[in-house]
Amino acid sequence: MLILTCPYCGVAADETELAPGGEAHLTRAGVESSDEDFEAYLFQRKNPKGVHFERWRHANGCGKWFHAARCTVTNEVFGTYPAQTLEPPKEILDEIVARRPGWTLETGP
Amino acid sequence: MSARRIDGGRLIDRTKPLRFTFNGRKMEGFQGDTLASALLANGQMLVGRSFKYHRPRGIVTAGPEEPNALVNLGKDKRFEPNARATTTELFDGLEARSQNHWPSLERDIGVLNDRFARFLPAGFYYKTFIHPRPFWKHVFEPFIRQSAGLGQAPRHRDGDTYEHVNVTVDVLVSGGGISGLAAALAAGKAGARVLLVEQSAHWGGRLDDAPDIDGQPAETWVAETVAALTNLENVTVKLRTTHSGVYDHGYCLAVERLTDHDPLGPGPRQRLWKVRAGRIVAATGAIERPLSFAGNDLPGVMLAAAVRDYLTGYGVAPGRRTVVVTNNDDGYRTAFALKDQGLEVPLILDARSDPGPVAEAARELGLKVAPGKGLAGVSGKGRVEKAAVAAIDGSGAVLDELACDCIAMAGGWSPAVHLWSHAGGKLHWDETDAMFVPDPDKPPLGADGKAMVRCVGAAAGELGAAEALETGWAAGLWAATETGHKPKRGAGPKAEPDEETPIAPVWVMPRGADPEKRAKMWLDYQNDVKVSDVELAQREGYESVEHTKRYTTLGMATDQGKLSNINGLAVLADARGEPIPAVGTTTFRPPYTPLTMGAIAGEARGDLFQPIRRTPMHEHHERMGAHWEPVGHWRRPYAFPRSGESVEEAVNREIVNTRQNVGLLDASTLGKILVKGPDAARFLDMLYTGMMSSLKPGRCRYGLMCSENGFLIDDGVVARIDEDTFLCHTTTGGADRIHAHMEEWLQTEWWDWQVHTLNITEAWAQIGVVGPKARDLLEALGGMDLSEEALPFMSWADGEIGGFKARIYRISFSGELSYEIAVDAGHGAALWEACLDAGESLGVMPYGTEALHVMRAEKGFIMIGDETDGTVIPQDLGLSWAISKKKDDYLGKRAQDRLFMTDPNRWKLVGLETLDGSVLPEGAYAVDDSKNANGQRETQGRVTSTYYSPSLKRGIAMGLVRHGPDRMGEVLTFPGVDGTETKARIVEPVFLKEAGA
Amino acid sequence: MRYSAFQIVRQALRGHQGWPRAWGEATAKPRYDAIVIGAGGHGLATAYYLGRNHGVRNVAILEKGWLGGGNTGRNTTIIRSNYLQDPSAAIYEKSRSLYETLSQELNYNIMFSPRGVMMLAQTEHEVRGYRRTAHANALQEVQTEFITPERVKELCPIIETRGPRYPVLGALWQARGGTARHDAVAWGYARGCAEMGMDVIQQCEVTGIRSANGKVKGVTTTKGEIDCDKLAIVVAGHSGVLAEMAGFRLPIESLALQALVSEPIKPCMDVVVMANTVHGYMSQSDKGEMVIGGGADGYNNYTQRGSFHHIEETVRALIETFPMISRLKMLRMWGGIVDMTGDRSPIISKTPMENVFINCGWGTGGFKAIPGSGWATAEMVAKGAPGALAAEFGLDRFREGRFIDESVAAGVAH
Repeated sequence: MLILTCPYCGVAADETELAPGGEAHLTRAGVESSDEDFEAYLFQRKNPKGVHFERWRHANGCGKWFHAARCTVTNEVFGTYPAQTLEPPKEILDEIVARRPGWTLETGP
Repeated sequence: MSARRIDGGRLIDRTKPLRFTFNGRKMEGFQGDTLASALLANGQMLVGRSFKYHRPRGIVTAGPEEPNALVNLGKDKRFEPNARATTTELFDGLEARSQNHWPSLERDIGVLNDRFARFLPAGFYYKTFIHPRPFWKHVFEPFIRQSAGLGQAPRHRDGDTYEHVNVTVDVLVSGGGISGLAAALAAGKAGARVLLVEQSAHWGGRLDDAPDIDGQPAETWVAETVAALTNLENVTVKLRTTHSGVYDHGYCLAVERLTDHDPLGPGPRQRLWKVRAGRIVAATGAIERPLSFAGNDLPGVMLAAAVRDYLTGYGVAPGRRTVVVTNNDDGYRTAFALKDQGLEVPLILDARSDPGPVAEAARELGLKVAPGKGLAGVSGKGRVEKAAVAAIDGSGAVLDELACDCIAMAGGWSPAVHLWSHAGGKLHWDETDAMFVPDPDKPPLGADGKAMVRCVGAAAGELGAAEALETGWAAGLWAATETGHKPKRGAGPKAEPDEETPIAPVWVMPRGADPEKRAKMWLDYQNDVKVSDVELAQREGYESVEHTKRYTTLGMATDQGKLSNINGLAVLADARGEPIPAVGTTTFRPPYTPLTMGAIAGEARGDLFQPIRRTPMHEHHERMGAHWEPVGHWRRPYAFPRSGESVEEAVNREIVNTRQNVGLLDASTLGKILVKGPDAARFLDMLYTGMMSSLKPGRCRYGLMCSENGFLIDDGVVARIDEDTFLCHTTTGGADRIHAHMEEWLQTEWWDWQVHTLNITEAWAQIGVVGPKARDLLEALGGMDLSEEALPFMSWADGEIGGFKARIYRISFSGELSYEIAVDAGHGAALWEACLDAGESLGVMPYGTEALHVMRAEKGFIMIGDETDGTVIPQDLGLSWAISKKKDDYLGKRAQDRLFMTDPNRWKLVGLETLDGSVLPEGAYAVDDSKNANGQRETQGRVTSTYYSPSLKRGIAMGLVRHGPDRMGEVLTFPGVDGTETKARIVEPVFLKEAGA
Repeated sequence: MRYSAFQIVRQALRGHQGWPRAWGEATAKPRYDAIVIGAGGHGLATAYYLGRNHGVRNVAILEKGWLGGGNTGRNTTIIRSNYLQDPSAAIYEKSRSLYETLSQELNYNIMFSPRGVMMLAQTEHEVRGYRRTAHANALQEVQTEFITPERVKELCPIIETRGPRYPVLGALWQARGGTARHDAVAWGYARGCAEMGMDVIQQCEVTGIRSANGKVKGVTTTKGEIDCDKLAIVVAGHSGVLAEMAGFRLPIESLALQALVSEPIKPCMDVVVMANTVHGYMSQSDKGEMVIGGGADGYNNYTQRGSFHHIEETVRALIETFPMISRLKMLRMWGGIVDMTGDRSPIISKTPMENVFINCGWGTGGFKAIPGSGWATAEMVAKGAPGALAAEFGLDRFREGRFIDESVAAGVAH
C-alpha cells in the first residue's frame, strides 16, 4: 500500500484513493508525427529499476493529477509535484541526488 | 482432573473450571488455559497426524509456531479447520477434533505411508506416477490429494462477522513483552501516538524468566507499566492482537481476536486493524529451535521453553520424568523449573563440553549434567519412553539409556524477524549466537528512504532482560524522535545483566550421525521433512535454499518454517560445505500467522460487497417486478415481466408496444458531463471525432470518442447549452471513465485551456418517452410546446412539463418519435408516475434495457460494448460521417492512420439476415473455406449483436465482415458450437426502414 | 538416469545415496551456438526445444539467480487455452497440448492435472463475451463450451451461483485445462537440457551484450565473457534492462502481481474457477491449499511485493463466490514481477540487433504458455525468423496498430 501526499490538497493519500497513470512527462506525438515517434509515445515506456517519474490521480479525493518521483526497487518517494509541468522541479531532483548521489536525470525519449 | 495438573499456573484461574471435548471425549480445564495446556493436563499427548507419513504427533510448542497441534475447531457455522491448540484459548463447551487421519486418531490407515517412508523420500512424486498417463489424473492425484490436506473443508456459510478499523499512528509497537512495553513507554511519554499490540492474552511475555526490573519483581513492573500506558491518552494498547504484516510506506495489518475465546460474546469475531505507522518497533521475541536427533518427532518431545511455559503458566507437567537436552544456557531454566515443581530431571545433556557456571548451578541443585553429550535418539511406542545418550561429536554409539516420558530440547533461539523482513529488511548471521539477526545497515525503508522498522529485545537477538529493556527503550525514543517528537530526558527501566556461556550450535545430533539416523531426524514436523531429505535435495542439485525448500517442502507447512527453517538451512549449508550466510534464508512473507479470510474481507459481504447504484425510480421498478441487470454498479431493469410472462415475452411486448403506442425508459443512468468554459468547444473538438464547436446552442449532435490509440471508447449525444457550456451524454458504464478521461487530458496536456468538467449524472433523473404517441403523452401531461416546430429533432429546450421544471431533449435511439425528459433527481419518481398516469389511455408501458437494445438494432444503431470491443475504430462501423474532415486533430486521429488501421481488409459493419429467419447465435463467426498456418479455420466476420425482432418477426443481426459493405447480398456461413451451421445474407444494417423520429 | 517407481525402490535400498544430480554443475565454455538468458520456464523450454526439435545442443542457459526462481515459481499454475484471438489460442493450445504429455516427454512428473477450468460469466456482457469465445475456440480446434449455472454448481458445489450480487449466469468451460506443479516444470526442462549436454549456469548475471556491425557476438557476465552465434533474451520482468544492453526499447512495464494460499484442507474443489467480474480466481493444490490470485498493481515495481488492497479485493470477491472460505486462513501471500506489454499479449520477436531474439511480455499469463512459448521461440532462434506460432507476436505490431487484445473477452486476469 503506497501512501503518497497529494500536492494539491496536501492529503497523505492511501493507494486506495489513487489511480496510477504510468510514466510522467511524455510528450504527445501529434498528427504529423512519424510512425516511430507515435509508437514510442504510446507504448515505449521507461521501466527503470530505480528512480521513476510517474503520474497519479487523486481519484477518490480532490481529483487532481500529480506526479511522483519514486524508486521502483525500494518504493521510497522523493517527492510529489503538480502534473502541470514539463519536467521535474529542481527541489525534487535535489532530493533524489541527496539520497542517490551521482544520479542524473535521463533526458530524451 | 488429571495428575498432570500440578501446583502453580500464573495464567489460569482454578476457580473457573471449563468443560470441552476432544474427539468427542469429555475433558476439563480452567479459565486461562489454552486448548493445548488443557489437552496436556488431561494427558492427551497424541493430538494429530503428520501430513505425509501420517505419523503420530504431539504438542511441541506453546505458541503460534506450533506445527502439530492443529485441530478442527467448533462446528457448522463456527467451524474452523487448522486451529492452533497452542493459541486457542479454552472456553466452556469448546469442541475440537484432531485432523488428517482415518478412521481415527489412534488407528489411522494413512500410517501405511510411514511404513513405506523409505520409498517416499523428498520429491519422490516427481520421479514416479509418470506412466500410464491417465493414471495421474484418475488414480494417483486423487489419492495424494486425499491423504494430504489437513483440516476438513468448512461446509457452511460463516456465522460470524468481521470489521475493519483504520488508524494512523506515529509508532506501532509489536509485542507486549518487557522490551515492547519499554518501547511503548518511551515513545508514549515523548508524546507520540502509540499503538501497542500483543498477540497473546497477557502482557509481559515469558515473565517467569525475567529478573527484577528497577528493583521490583518483573510482574509488578509489567503491571505498573501497562497501567501507565493505559493512562496515557496518546497510547492505545491491545491484547489478543497479532501484528500480521508490514507493507510499504508503514502500512501494517494487525488482527484482533474479539470473540474467538468467547464465541457467544457480542460483536464481530475479529477486527482487522489497518495501521499507517510512522515507525514500527518490532518486539516480537524469538522462537526456540528444536534439535535434530533421531526420533525427535515422537509425542513427548517438546521445546524446552514450551515445557517451562506449561509448568509455570498453566500448572501442567508435560512429563513426570523429563530429559533436558540443550546446547545453550536456556535449557537449564527448564530444568530448574521442573526441579522447582518437584518433577524428575534424570539428566541434562549439554552439547557444550564446558557449559560454565550454569552447569555448576544445576549441580548445586542436585541435577546431573552431562557435558559434551547429546541424544543418540529417543524411542517409544507412540510417545517418548526412552532416551539414548551419545557423545555429541560421535556417530551415535549409545553410552547410556534413560527411561523418560518427556524430552525438553533447547536448540537455541531464532529472532522473530518477520516484520523486519516483510518489506525488505535484510538479515545477517550472528556467528556467536548462531542466529540470523536484523542487519541494521539494510533496514526496510519507508517512503522517506529511512529505516521504518527497528527490532528490539529477542527479535534483535538480545536475549537478556537487561538488553531487552535497553533496546526497547532506545527504540521507543528513536521512533518518537523520527516522528517529530522531543523525548524528555530520563532513564529507561533497568535490570541486572545476565552472563551466559555462548551457545554451541548443533544442527545434527550427534554430529557424526549416519544416514540411517539422519532419516529419522525431523526438521519440519508437519510436512515430514527430515535431515536426509535436505541432504538428498542437495545431492540432486536442488541446492539453492529456495530449491531445497520447494523440493522437500521444508518450511512450507502452516508454521511457515518458524521451527524448521534455520535448522534446515544449516543442514543444507553443511551439505554444500558452505557457511550458513552463504546459503541465505528463504523470503519471509506476510502474514506472520495465518490470517482469517473473513477478517480480510471485513464488512464487505452480501449487500455491502460493492455499492449498488439506484436511480430515483428504482423502487418503482422494484414494485413493477423488474428483472434486473447489473450494469457497472448500477442496477437497470432488463425488462418488466408481468405475472405469467417470461422475460423474453416481456421484452417482445415492450418493443411492440413502444413501436405502436408509447414506452417509458428510465435513462437516468446515462452519463451526463457538463463541460464549461471559454475553451469548452475547442476541448470537445479534440475529444470527439466530430465537430462540436459548430454546434448551435439549443441543438444536439451525436458524437464518438476514441482513445489516443484510435479505438472507439464511447458515444453519446452532446447538447450545446450556451456558447461556453455543453452537456455530454455518455453510456451508462462510461460516465466515470469518460469524466476521468476528460480530466486527464485537461489536467495533464491542455492545462492552460479554460474548461471545467462536472459529472452530474446523478443530479438528473431522465426519462425516455418513446413511440408514436410520445407527444400525445407529453401533451396530456401539459406544459411547454413540444411541436415539431418548437422542438425539432436533435434539439433541446428548458421548460415545464406536468408541473415539473424540465429539460427536454428530442433525440432518439429507437427510430421512434422520442423525447428525453430530464428533471431534478428528486422529482424523478414523481415524473415517472405522472408519465404512467398521463399515458394510461395511450397504452404506455415501461421498457427495459433489452427492448432498448433490440430497438436500436432494428434501426442499425451501434452499441458500445456490442459492436465495439476495444479493437474497433469508427471507420469499421460506417461512422465516417461522424468524423470531421475539417479538423486538424482529435484524440485517436494519428492512431487511425497506422498501417493496420487503414488496411482495406478490416472487418466492417453490416446487417445480417438469416436465410431461414432464425436468430443467429450470439458471438458466431463467419468462416472461410481455408485453414491458417496454425490449423485454425479462417474467419471473415463475426456477429456483434443478434436479436429476435418482434417488429419484423424474424432474427436480425449486426456484424463485422471483411469487405462487408461491398458484399451486399452475399451469403455467409456461421458454424455453431454444436456442429450446426446458420447461413445469413449480408444486408444494410438498418432493418426497420420507416422513420418516426 | 531414468526416473521410475522401480528406480525409487532400487535407490531406497541403497539409502538414496545413488541419485545423480538433476542437472550438472556447469561452468561456462568460451563459446556456444546459442545462449539463452534466463533459466525460467520459458528460457529453459526454449533451450530444450532448440535441442530436441532443431538439433542445436551447444547451448548455455544463463541465470542470474536460481533456475525457476522468477515467475515460474510464483504463479497460480493455471493452464488453459480458451483465448479469443487466433494467435493467442494457437500458442496457448499448443502449450496445453504439450503439457498433456510433458511428464512422459521429460521423464519428470510435472503433475499436469487436467481438472478443468471454468470462467464464470456474471454479467450479460460476460455471457456474450464467453459465447463469442466458445465460437472462436470451436474454429481454433480448442475444446470449450458455454455451460449453464446448474452445470457450474455440479462441477463445483462450493460455488454460490445465486448471487446475491453477481449471480452466475453461466461459464466458459475448458475440460482439458487444469494445473501443473510449477517448480517441476522448470526442473524437468532443466534436467532435459542437461541430459542433452546443455549448460545450465546459475548465479551468472549478464551485464552486457557485445556486438559487431549490428550483429551479436556474445555476452559479458559476472562469470566472464561468453561468445555466441545467437542470443535469446527470455527474462520476463527484467526484459527492459536486457533490451537496453542490446540498444533497444520495449513496450513493456513491470508490475507486481500477487497471489496467496490458504492453509491446507481436505479436497473440496476439483476444478479451477476464474471470476473476472469480481477479479479473483481459485483452485485447490494437491497439498490442499486454496490457491488464489487476483489483479495486478498499476504501477512500475520491482519489489516482488504488491499492495494489500488488491488482496483484500480478491478475498472479498471470492468469499462472495465461495462463502465457505471465510473461516479459512491465509497462510502466505507473495508477489511476482510481471512484464506487461501495450496490448497485454506477449512478444516473440526478432530485435533490432541481428541474431538477438526476445521472448517476453507474458504478463499475468506466462506459466500456461511455457511449452508452447519455448517451442515457438526455439523455432525462431533456429531458423532466424518466427514460424507460424510466433508470427503475430512481433514487436512491429505496436507500430502498425495490429494488436492482439484479449481483454475483449477475458477481463484482466489470466
